[in-house]
Amino acid sequence: MQDGPHRHQASVRIRPKHYRLWLTIKYTVIYVVLIGGSAFFVIPFLWMVRSSLMRPQDIFSVPAIIFPWPTHWVNYPDFWNALPFGRFFINTAIVTFTVTAGLTFSSALVAFGFARFRFRGRGFLFVLVLATMMLPKHVTLLPTFLLFRSIGWIDTLFPLIVPSLFGSAFSVFLLRQFFLTLPLELDEAARIDGANSFRIFWQIAIPLSKPAVATVALFAFIAHWNEFLDPLIYLSSMENFTVALGLRFFVSQYSGTFWELMMAASTAAMLPIVIVFFFTQRTFIRGVALTGIKG
Amino acid sequence: MRPLRVRWRDIEPYVFISPFMIGLVVFIIGPTFASLALSFTRFEFVATPEFIGFENYAEMFAGDPKVWRSLWNTVYYMAGHIPLGMAMAFFVALMLNQKVWGQALFRTMYYLPSVTASVATAIVWSWVFNSRFGLLNNFLGLFGLEGPQWLADTRFAMPALIIISLWGMGSTIVIFLAALQGIPESLYESASIDGAGRVRRLWHITIPMMTPAIFFVLIIQIVGSFQVFTNAFIITAGGPGDATLFFVLHLYNKAFVALRLGYASALAWLLFVIVLVFTIAQVLMARRWVYYEGEIR
Repeated sequence: MQDGPHRHQASVRIRPKHYRLWLTIKYTVIYVVLIGGSAFFVIPFLWMVRSSLMRPQDIFSVPAIIFPWPTHWVNYPDFWNALPFGRFFINTAIVTFTVTAGLTFSSALVAFGFARFRFRGRGFLFVLVLATMMLPKHVTLLPTFLLFRSIGWIDTLFPLIVPSLFGSAFSVFLLRQFFLTLPLELDEAARIDGANSFRIFWQIAIPLSKPAVATVALFAFIAHWNEFLDPLIYLSSMENFTVALGLRFFVSQYSGTFWELMMAASTAAMLPIVIVFFFTQRTFIRGVALTGIKG
Repeated sequence: MRPLRVRWRDIEPYVFISPFMIGLVVFIIGPTFASLALSFTRFEFVATPEFIGFENYAEMFAGDPKVWRSLWNTVYYMAGHIPLGMAMAFFVALMLNQKVWGQALFRTMYYLPSVTASVATAIVWSWVFNSRFGLLNNFLGLFGLEGPQWLADTRFAMPALIIISLWGMGSTIVIFLAALQGIPESLYESASIDGAGRVRRLWHITIPMMTPAIFFVLIIQIVGSFQVFTNAFIITAGGPGDATLFFVLHLYNKAFVALRLGYASALAWLLFVIVLVFTIAQVLMARRWVYYEGEIR
């Protein structure tokens, strides 16, 4: 897969009449559509940030004030103190980091098993792994809930963490595809030097697969930071809320009022994701592309 | 008799794959069958499940119009979200695949909503569509148009959710763009030599070569449409008048609001069967229209 968009199509093509005119029209249309389209994607974010920095009476003023000036920063400490948001962020961070580390490690281990060994039932078991990707989580939701209830884990963070520690089918699939591309000679050379399988996994396969590992970790991070249904059904006391659940509680309390605080809270909730995304977008986009093509 | 010797070499692979296999049994296979068992019971959290045969299923098919309503809503949502999203994503990907300045920047902007999708974006959108204070109706007002009541109007609530869903088409764009960039240039060149124009090159090369990616996106989106929850829960709570009651929302209400776990399990199994049927049908139909390179026909 080549990364750049630049392809030179005209090498053998006969240029039609009015070629330059055609190019001008074509690129004008393209830029108008692309820029117009980005408005749809970006304006809600900008409007959210703008409104989070305004006094409530200015948000809906007519004609609309575009820039939040003078900047009303106090909305941020205000929303932060309205509910224990610090606690929510800590809880979300605990869940997200534990899950990301555990899920990535287990998935890599399983993927290595499928990529590097021949064993009875391998084909069948791998199809089974893939099949679980199609299973909606809602099918298993209620028995899983009852299971966690029976061991007293309701209103703790464990139900949000533990199921993911066993790896995810999607991650296993993605990492296996990557491990398959690593040359077997590396394993053989390491074995001759006396390395066991786990060392080969940890000291050869993983370091060589950093891009794929990073992709899997990122997907896990984003998915668990944003997760809403699990916190909603498992958590009941405020001190255990995640950011997503706290935000929903906040909205249900102040629905229709305090828009400036809600926008500030929404901005803050998204901020970690946006920062992570901006620093890792290459890894990310490569990962999405990879799953789509090989899928 | 040969003594039974377990060699490490033979069990090693299973040790490597064991984490997933344990998870599979405990959190997927076990609960899936437990869910089936529960679906034949009356179970309301207190007391023990009471076996009632097919009563839940009978109620589901004959005594609960909301089941059909939620399935219809899902079909309505799919009919808007999938063709619009795929066509627009395809169009944008085609344009990004030209020599455009700022390709990476556009790609980032288009993809960003796909990673932030959560309660926070749902809040922002419920405000955009707010009939009085919302961004959209104020924008329409600049042109002297009066926008509808969107989320408060049974006719416009679902279209609003479909528009919101289009916000997440960034991942489809990225998948399509990658697929476009994987089409060998030589195909276009030989077609040009044979005198194929732009439209014919698009129709006879680009689209056939894209079918694996299109198929992948289609499957993901159909399965995903049956699982819409967060946006419907936060933005409309299923209303007004069940206009945006999605299947999983109905399941959630039955399980955690009405506390009818047995009945909700029957709903879960219906969801399972529907998704299974859709997936199998897709895979079977794919043989007719998806082209995999190197495949012999």
